[in-house]
Amino acid sequence: MLLEYIAIAVMIAVATLIAFIAIGLGELLGPKKKSEAKSMPYESGMNPYGEGTRRMPVRFYLVAVLFILFDIEVVFFLPWAIVFRQLGIFGLIEMIIFIVILLVGYVYAWKKGALEWE
Amino acid sequence: MTQLDFQTLLPLTILTVWACVLLIVDLFIPKNRKGITAVLAALGLAVTLSFTILQIGRENSGYSGMVVLDGFSTFVNALILVSGLLGIALAYGYVKRMGLERGEYYTLLLFSVVGMMLMAQAADLIVVFIALELLSIPLYVLAAFSRTSAESEEAGIKYFLLGAFATGFVVYGTALVFGATGTTSLVGIVGSASNGTSSLLLTIGAALILVGFGFKVAAVPFHMWTPDVYQGAPTSVTAFMAAGAKIAGFAALLRVFATAFPTLATDLTDILWALSAVTMILGNVVAISQTNIKRMLAYSSIAHAGYILMAFVPYGNKDIMPISIAAGLFYLVSYVFTNFGAWGVVIALEKSEGKGLEIGDYAGLGRKYPALAAAMTVFMLSLIGLPPTLGLVGKFYLFRAVIAGGYTGLAIIGVVTSLVSAYYYLRVVVTMYMKDGEPTTEREPMLDFTTAFTAIVTVVVSLVPQWLFLLASNAVLKLF
Repeated sequence: MLLEYIAIAVMIAVATLIAFIAIGLGELLGPKKKSEAKSMPYESGMNPYGEGTRRMPVRFYLVAVLFILFDIEVVFFLPWAIVFRQLGIFGLIEMIIFIVILLVGYVYAWKKGALEWE
Repeated sequence: MTQLDFQTLLPLTILTVWACVLLIVDLFIPKNRKGITAVLAALGLAVTLSFTILQIGRENSGYSGMVVLDGFSTFVNALILVSGLLGIALAYGYVKRMGLERGEYYTLLLFSVVGMMLMAQAADLIVVFIALELLSIPLYVLAAFSRTSAESEEAGIKYFLLGAFATGFVVYGTALVFGATGTTSLVGIVGSASNGTSSLLLTIGAALILVGFGFKVAAVPFHMWTPDVYQGAPTSVTAFMAAGAKIAGFAALLRVFATAFPTLATDLTDILWALSAVTMILGNVVAISQTNIKRMLAYSSIAHAGYILMAFVPYGNKDIMPISIAAGLFYLVSYVFTNFGAWGVVIALEKSEGKGLEIGDYAGLGRKYPALAAAMTVFMLSLIGLPPTLGLVGKFYLFRAVIAGGYTGLAIIGVVTSLVSAYYYLRVVVTMYMKDGEPTTEREPMLDFTTAFTAIVTVVVSLVPQWLFLLASNAVLKLF
């Protein structure tokens, strides 16, 4: 049974080898001209400032949690929409219950002021 | 979905809807009158309890075998709902006094109770996982409920990180079991395992699930979070957490191991034996050196997890299993009432900012508040296992089941560690009666009622324990 996986093992080995060869050749043959711009995290972007691990306003966290809530909702909608005709009225009621439960959370977040930035 | 499916989860559905509605209703209750939310939440639990009692005698599975309803689940659900009610009664005055009164407290508690009940009814490892998350996440939030106190925040984070880690173990174990048997349903697993395809993969999967639940019920060596979390969390939360999470964790353990993994008994019995013995020894020995009553009760809770684990050791023996499960359930009942009572007394003496929690603060309680001291004495005696309390009867049934299963050594460890525990429990009693002091207590009608009620139950039921044991014996696990 384990022998069936030998193809995958060979592929992993070849992929690793190719990666090493590519980086190794680049290191050996490529020209090396160091400049300040090249050592920055983003060569062609905004100049970074401050520490990378500074404190963030907790509001971002709240937005992220709310995003997950509705993101998951949409993820559940998609497969449901595909088999909507087969599920019939049963599927509709199930989905309404699901939305109502999420709606409770939405109303709660709304009334608590989680949607206001200030 | 048929009507039968719906009936299987009827109490659960009622409580879920109630909790959702309460979340919205609470938004319109003024800030200084959150007591209304508490009453509404308690009402919801009471209604659910009455529907649960109506389910006695019903046995069926529902939702394509994902959940079951049997004597076991009904018994455990009733116990969980009673714990929820006691938890609200303890919190009612406490959260107001400590300035923690927010409606979410009660809603979170209800959601956690829903998770615990689902755990008792789960017949599929996926449902076990969902129930575990549903019961744990509200508890993480509740542990950190005292937002301004650093200890409470620490408790919440610690509980969350280690709890998430433990859940990971359960999921990983479930995945391995699925890999070994091709199914996550308990019926399917037992069918596949009895075909003689029992493999190393299945054993490892079962062991990982055991580790995950070991975290939840605070068994040694997965207990490290317990003292810090129990000490840091608001005391009313600790009381509910200690009782509720233990009931649900042990209920799931019993169902998963007794129904799905009976063929693994030869491998797992020794592990369970060792877990139980180590938990009893370490919990009781470390509790001796504690001076903070919350920490002491936390270690006592670890020790009691060890005692309840004893009921699992003979689980592979078909003749002994029914009485050992009944003994385990009986011990859970006795632990729940004693636990809520003892934490109730702790709450009565607790002052703001964590004052009044040293055992020395109990000096003079016997003279100044004789009733409260008498109640505390009852709870301490029950935790040791001395007459006339439920603790004694519970330990008697447990030891009897374990000895009948042929594990006399474990029973001896249980008796010896109980003797060790007498030292630190009686120290509280001695401090209350023999030392001079001027303790002050907070008298709240709900708290006084809860403490008195649990003390009376602990004593009276111990005098006529047969009916409760009979009830526990009828709470059998069914496999559909």
